[in-house]
Amino acid sequence: MDLYRSHILVCAGTGCTSSASMEVRDNLKKEISRLKLDKEVMVVETGCFGFCNLGPIMVVYPEGTFYCQVKPEDAKEIVEEHLLKGRIVSRLLYSEPESEIKVSDFDKIEFFNHQKRIALRNCGVINPEKIEEYIAHDGYFALAKVLNEMTREEVIDVIKKSGLRGRGGGGFPTGLKWEFAYKTPGTVKYVVCNADEGDPGAFMDRSVLEGDPHSIIEAMAIAGYAIGAEQGYIYVRAEYPIAVNRLEIAIAQARELGLLGKNILGKDFNFDLDIRLGAGAFVCGEETALLTSIEGHRGEPRPRPPFPAVEGLWRKPTLLNNVETYANIPAIILNGADWFSSIGTEKSKGTKVFALAGKINNTGLIEVPMGTSLRTIIYDIGGGIPNGKKFKAAQTGGPSGGCIPAHLIDTEIDYDNLIALGSMMGSGGLIVMDETDCMVDIAKFFLEFTQEESCGKCPPCRIGTKRMLEILEKITQGKGVPEDIDNLETLARTIKNASLCGLGQTAPNPVLSTLKYFRDEYEAHINDKKCPAGVCQALLTFYVIAEKCKGCGICARVCPVAAISGKPKEPYVIDSEKCIKCGACIEKCKFGAIVKM
Amino acid sequence: MVTFKINGQVVKAPEGTTILEAAKKMGIEIPTFCYDSRLKPHGTCRICVVEVEKAKSLQAACSTPIAEGMSIWTESEPVVEARKEILNLLLSNHPLDCLTCDKSGNCTLQALCQKYNITGSTHQGQKSRYERDESNPFYYVDLNKCILCRKCVLVCSELQCSDAIGVADRGFASHITPPFEKDIEHSNCVSCGNCVAVCPTGALVPKRKEKFSYGEVQIVQTTCPYCGVGCQMELLVKNNKVVEVRPVFAKPNDGLLCVKGRFGFNFINHPDRLKKPLIKKNGTFVEATWEEAYQIIVDKIKEIKEKYGSDALAGLASARCTNEENYLMQKLFRAVIRTNNIDHCARLCHASTVAGLATTLGSGAMTNSIAEVLDADVIFVTGSNTTETHPVIGAKIRQAIRHNGAKLIVAEPRRIDLAKDADVFLQIKPGTNVALMNGLMSVILEEGLYDEDFIRNRTENFSELKKIITAFSAEKAAEICDVDVQDIRKAARIYAAGEKGAIYYAMGITQHSTGTQHVMSISNLALLCGNIGKEGVGVNPLRGQNNVQGACDMGALPNVYPGYQKVNSPEVQEKFEKAWGFKLSPNAGLTLPEMLEKAENNELKLLYIMGENPLVSDPDINHVRKALENLDFLVVQDIFLTETAQLADVILPAVSFAEKDGTFTNTERRVQLIQKAIKPIGDAKPDWVILMEIMDRLGYKKEYLHPSEIMEEIAAVTPQYGGINYFRIKQEGGLQWPCPTKDHPGTKYLHQGHFTRGKALFMAVDYQQPAENADEDYPLILTTGRILYQYHTRTMTGRVEGLNKKAPESYIEIHPETANKHKIEDGEIIRVISRRGAIFTKARVVDIVNKNIVFMPFHYAEGAANVLTNNTLDENCKIPELKVCAVKIEKIEI
Repeated sequence: MDLYRSHILVCAGTGCTSSASMEVRDNLKKEISRLKLDKEVMVVETGCFGFCNLGPIMVVYPEGTFYCQVKPEDAKEIVEEHLLKGRIVSRLLYSEPESEIKVSDFDKIEFFNHQKRIALRNCGVINPEKIEEYIAHDGYFALAKVLNEMTREEVIDVIKKSGLRGRGGGGFPTGLKWEFAYKTPGTVKYVVCNADEGDPGAFMDRSVLEGDPHSIIEAMAIAGYAIGAEQGYIYVRAEYPIAVNRLEIAIAQARELGLLGKNILGKDFNFDLDIRLGAGAFVCGEETALLTSIEGHRGEPRPRPPFPAVEGLWRKPTLLNNVETYANIPAIILNGADWFSSIGTEKSKGTKVFALAGKINNTGLIEVPMGTSLRTIIYDIGGGIPNGKKFKAAQTGGPSGGCIPAHLIDTEIDYDNLIALGSMMGSGGLIVMDETDCMVDIAKFFLEFTQEESCGKCPPCRIGTKRMLEILEKITQGKGVPEDIDNLETLARTIKNASLCGLGQTAPNPVLSTLKYFRDEYEAHINDKKCPAGVCQALLTFYVIAEKCKGCGICARVCPVAAISGKPKEPYVIDSEKCIKCGACIEKCKFGAIVKM
Repeated sequence: MVTFKINGQVVKAPEGTTILEAAKKMGIEIPTFCYDSRLKPHGTCRICVVEVEKAKSLQAACSTPIAEGMSIWTESEPVVEARKEILNLLLSNHPLDCLTCDKSGNCTLQALCQKYNITGSTHQGQKSRYERDESNPFYYVDLNKCILCRKCVLVCSELQCSDAIGVADRGFASHITPPFEKDIEHSNCVSCGNCVAVCPTGALVPKRKEKFSYGEVQIVQTTCPYCGVGCQMELLVKNNKVVEVRPVFAKPNDGLLCVKGRFGFNFINHPDRLKKPLIKKNGTFVEATWEEAYQIIVDKIKEIKEKYGSDALAGLASARCTNEENYLMQKLFRAVIRTNNIDHCARLCHASTVAGLATTLGSGAMTNSIAEVLDADVIFVTGSNTTETHPVIGAKIRQAIRHNGAKLIVAEPRRIDLAKDADVFLQIKPGTNVALMNGLMSVILEEGLYDEDFIRNRTENFSELKKIITAFSAEKAAEICDVDVQDIRKAARIYAAGEKGAIYYAMGITQHSTGTQHVMSISNLALLCGNIGKEGVGVNPLRGQNNVQGACDMGALPNVYPGYQKVNSPEVQEKFEKAWGFKLSPNAGLTLPEMLEKAENNELKLLYIMGENPLVSDPDINHVRKALENLDFLVVQDIFLTETAQLADVILPAVSFAEKDGTFTNTERRVQLIQKAIKPIGDAKPDWVILMEIMDRLGYKKEYLHPSEIMEEIAAVTPQYGGINYFRIKQEGGLQWPCPTKDHPGTKYLHQGHFTRGKALFMAVDYQQPAENADEDYPLILTTGRILYQYHTRTMTGRVEGLNKKAPESYIEIHPETANKHKIEDGEIIRVISRRGAIFTKARVVDIVNKNIVFMPFHYAEGAANVLTNNTLDENCKIPELKVCAVKIEKIEI
């Protein structure tokens, strides 16, 4: 094996590649070649580091120097300065948001050092396209361990004792699920991986698949051994081309080494995997819809019971877990149930990956122990709210979840606490909102999504979400009436209570939780025809503060509908009848003389 | 058993019972839209939600099984709130035009809104807008009224298995549509109306000729008058008119019907119906009284009998009429006129089945039941275009494939619709089935795939079969049948590997000059693999007409009395002489083709035809015409002035199935009731009444007050029907013969334990060529058959507008290459010529036939296929070779 004095790890996840990390890589290689450092420095493509808003990201080892927002043209400087002369390129270092202190050491960055990485253990560490690197990081050891040392019952027992719960959102105890699938009699059983990640802004599963595909393959093989299945399917969105490609490579490599296929590791155990591409319907993340889609039908849910563990894919007992759930399995097998259950809270063990987004300084992917407070996530890892704005609420669980208001910021995040607050863990989307976000508008946004993504099978979801959305639209347009809140609540109750699947049963959550914590905002929209956050256009009026206006006339010139008039050097006036509330005038006014209310 | 509570009441039910089923058993009604007991619960409509204590949310009663200790509330406050809100939501996207809606009074949405006191929707919002699809002649689609319960889609794809409709788009925009958003007429729709039957709202509604509301109709259950499946259906009657037909959820059709049964009823009240007896005077028909007509008939019968003897008279009974009427018809000829010259159109369809299976098994009927189609794991269809000729059985075959994974083998000269469902499709040359069967058997013997135990214990003459088959080979069969030898091998292996292999066949097997051999070779194959005498298997001849089984059972055959008791047996003769009080003839009578031959030769003087139309249905029509014209006297008794009736001297107006009581026996030997729904049209009379009155005038004084009294007489003389009476039929939903005694439950499948003849007989047969083969003068082989949208000689379907729109005229299917050779284009009128005649018909250029084969439906009197067909007979059973004749085609030069 060749030895190198330096390794440059370049993120090859979807986020960084879309901001040209592959060009950065190419240029690095070119520069290294030019300076004849080929035998000394190796460039490695890795999975996602998680710090996605700073992409492209790279780390230079052995120093552990973290460079961010690297452009292809920076490659020359990095190679010449850092790799040749040993001088850190400080302009490419990360600076902490509040203190603006530059940090060069990867381990010392706040965003990273509060995290605990189990599911993401190999992301940003290994080259996901090389099975050897996975194996070098203890990959497939867990599979070897179960095949050589453990009975099927023992495997299930470890998973049960670990306290791992489904990371797709439901939080069902994983070991129990495995046990059901194991106990259901049948000669043909299936193991399925739900990689149909659909929550807007969520990309936990994509990152695992892109950064560590073998961990999923290994976990599914372990599951196949445990329940007695010989075939598995990974249902992954076609919109994840990098993930699909890396999975294909990984499956081929695993087959080649005999880690998939017949007589795995020389044992009497056969297991193989195939990929099934989803076409992007959100509902296909619901387990029965996902199975229906794999079967080749329109992806729509079917009633439960029968649960998939009893009657799943092609009516055979089927174990279905989400990507992140599987990603934890090899670690649990290798380190033991006690190790895993020592992390987290009483009822929620281990860690959880979140996709941080919204009004927050550090957006990206994080993995924290269960029980970490919202405050730690937002202020320590997330670096707080930008532009000095006030934190207003955090939405967890994506469109099926709810909003947690600012006064509950010290809530320890786990499955049960979130449910108690009227939200849910979901797959791990975490959207931060500040004072400029209108909660009615937020609820409308999520309902627009679920309404659009409803498969249309059952009336509560098909018509109910439509009617809820129509009411919200009315309210945000200033046409709301007091009964609308009652109507929303009745509709929400029926949709939750009577819908066929999880999509419908949780679709009203964003409305219910905002009604619970921000009812006054709804009332302001309905009764006062005001949007307190200044978001709902129809409820806003633009006007000029005469004292501040210098009469420069620039606002009048940019107004597309000639709604602003006045004489030079005198205060201008906005005709609210004509104003279309586009905001162009506010943007252009140098004196802050135009406001909306 | 599981113990649980519903509405506080403690009950027990078997594990796996759903809440809905359990509640229903207790008499607790839970509303449903999307539930259908024939489908797997799909939980779509949510109106059946109930409260289950400790459950997170409400549970759908249709799909949730009861569990130990469960406590269920079916009308609690949250349940009622959810149901009301669901109705409120549905109504918010539904027109409120109940006053003029065709479905009013029969609409589940309307009924539930009434129940839960919903008078309108509280929601204002977007409503869906769809154009009404009127493209189908029989029903319209109004998606504005659709509540998307999906029953139509599931019935179409899982029960009818036509896949004509599905769901497009999602969320609020989702809607039911044929593929690619075309109209329903441009889809796979076969107009069965089974979707219409389950639609809970006014989204799928039959088109109406008469305005009516569901509140004002009488509903009468009866049996479908078309094919031999014997579907149960309801006639909806208003003002002595049948205004709609609906399927009944019972055996044998389980709520399915085909286009003819469901929509082909307008012939009943059609203005063309015969309303008065007609007597031909100087070449034209003149209306007469019944008395006048009877007088002429009775005088003629007496006169001819006296002058030429009883055997100069003959009668054709009818596969369309009831058992009771066929019984009386044969009794009129046997007992009163004293001749066995009685036959009917079974001669042209399953005479070879009756002869062949009687020889090999001892009984010439379908061995197993229609419901057992679903038990088979291998289905072999040959000589039957099942989805068109027996649509409901065709649907069940597809259900067996789709739901139970049954394998399908199809052997047919045309690539019929079922071929696409087949694991092996053998596109054989017409008339080569014996070679195919022998080829299949040679593979099975060669590879040792036969059922040795069965052969040893239950059959005889195996060595004879072995001799003939070993001299034959799959390769030879492939050459004769013009198919790939590997396909023959594959088919043989599939059939032999099946636990339960069931064969279904029809006219493609029987209508040959070697028809009996064809049937026997099918019997051989089934016996070889032990596929007779148990559930889900069998040799299953599909009978073509509603009561052709019954007409045969009733002895409307020249050689047997009712119950297949031989006329040449002295004991039998004595039994009937005693029962009827008349001296009877010991000689077998004439078969139908023989009657025509004798008529042409002046040996037969009088023919009495009840409900048949040989001038379209029989081979070599020119010959039939000559024969009928040569008669001294022809009586035709029918509901319309048929082609045959026009040649009659006296026409007697009979009533349709809707105007009388009686029984039909379907293809699975099930005796079922037809019930009078309307009063006779005009002066028409039920056939049994006419026959009774003629017998009376001929000196046989016996008055039956009701057909049930005739059935009592039938039961007394017919062992298979010994335990059958009207009360039991009604009570038990039909009875399958043999049912020898009143406490016998009827027989689901034949030959259990032992065969009717003791041991089954292998009848080894060699392949023989059809009587006529393609040659230089007549280079094409014509084969004929039925199509979905017409029935037999169109006496009934020809009067149904929609059916004629679907299938308006005679046509011939020609392979594109053959058409090209003759410069014939699709849709062109061409001339088709055989040794017996020539016709004009429309070319349909399709590749479902092979290059040297052409196909014609035989229904049409204009461009009648039977002008061309060959009347060479099978010498055993006298069935003509309708399925194979040599023809040539000519382009018409202008």
